[in-house]
Amino acid sequence: MATGSVKLLGVWASPFVNRVEIALKMKSVEPEFILETTLNKSELLLKSNPVYKKIPVLLHDEKPICESLVILQYIDDSWPNGPSILPSDPYDRAIARFWASYIDEKWYPLVVEFMKAKGKEEKAVVLEKISEGNLLLEEAFIKINKGKSFFGGDRIGYLDIVLGSLLGWVKAIEMMDEMKILDETKMPSLAEWDKRFCSDNVVKDIIPQPEKLAEIHRKFHQMKKATSN
Amino acid sequence: MSDQVVLLGTHVSMFAMRVKIALAEKGIQYEYKEENLMNKSPLLLQMNPIHKKIPVLIHNGKPVCESLIIVEYIDEVWKDKSPLLPSDPYKRAQARFWADYVDKKIYDGGKKIWTTKEEDQEAANKEFIEYLKVLEGELGDKPYFGGESFGFVDMALIPYYSWFPAYEKFGKFSIEAVCPKFVAWAKRCMQKESVSKSLYDPDKISDFVVMLRQRLGIA
Repeated sequence: MATGSVKLLGVWASPFVNRVEIALKMKSVEPEFILETTLNKSELLLKSNPVYKKIPVLLHDEKPICESLVILQYIDDSWPNGPSILPSDPYDRAIARFWASYIDEKWYPLVVEFMKAKGKEEKAVVLEKISEGNLLLEEAFIKINKGKSFFGGDRIGYLDIVLGSLLGWVKAIEMMDEMKILDETKMPSLAEWDKRFCSDNVVKDIIPQPEKLAEIHRKFHQMKKATSN
Repeated sequence: MSDQVVLLGTHVSMFAMRVKIALAEKGIQYEYKEENLMNKSPLLLQMNPIHKKIPVLIHNGKPVCESLIIVEYIDEVWKDKSPLLPSDPYKRAQARFWADYVDKKIYDGGKKIWTTKEEDQEAANKEFIEYLKVLEGELGDKPYFGGESFGFVDMALIPYYSWFPAYEKFGKFSIEAVCPKFVAWAKRCMQKESVSKSLYDPDKISDFVVMLRQRLGIA
């Protein structure tokens, strides 16, 4: 079992930080949470992640690990005695990694593009692309879960964490733009999975409520406007 | 039990080269199928319907996509020989981080060199060199990114070396002049048979880029 200090640099509103919090909680590891402020990056962050200067950064025995997907796999490798995050079968692992990559490199950037798009028409164009992605994720879920509750089977796993962590912000954006991104009629299995994921013991105190995230978003933009004037 | 392994790729693809190196390192017999990306085969479209891209590894009929995911899969299935990733969790994390850095920066950085307008050429060259400098920093005094032996990051990065003459030709600059350490590392890697046999002829890659530039209306 891994020993040594565990520190997590982050902010509670970042879904990528939430991923790491969920993974550590699965392994019953309680990190020291070092809060970064959004506007000024700390010396520790700049020293620990000189390449990207971004959170989350996990510091295990003061050694930094960066990039949320790398951190999740590191946690799984370092605490092998807790419940597994990645599947045990190599093929299932490859599939999980494939979809995690799809979510982070294709699907979520579209969600961010949606948020930044101006006006209902521009947003509708992006929403069309997201909807195509949603159908792929729904099909993937049905194939991967093998009839069980989560991508990971009976318990949450890698893909549940990767996708689930983003849903707080997806719902916050839905609220702010008053447009549905996740259509339950088109993704019924994932809609049910979403409810199960958010109420899971490991997850429920970590992913912030959409209302709170929407509030933070508003405040952050007010702050940015104020400092740029 | 005999494994059936098929690799769908193209000769010029750095991503396919990574998989070829991995398969060679493990001594795995496989069937290679060259794809024409202007006319994708039904097999490719069936095996990678999401991205429709190569490389795809088909192991006993089941597809694995995305080159670094394929390399990890190969390492996990054929685990009794020539490990491709370190066993120490921290070193594994560092290997994954740097392979991901290569994916995020080097392909697009390199592509910019041969697609950019003349007035932006110097900036494109400079940006690419900056990425190589970061990698040189990470390499340090080690013979390989993996330390004493060739590993995951080396495998992720070395295929780009076969594209360097093309970058230098269209960027009109010498990479070795600015990054001698990087080129020394690359030459060291090329001494390995698994690498030299898997990388494509740089002259043919240059010819390919000439054709691509014409098709894209750049030249």
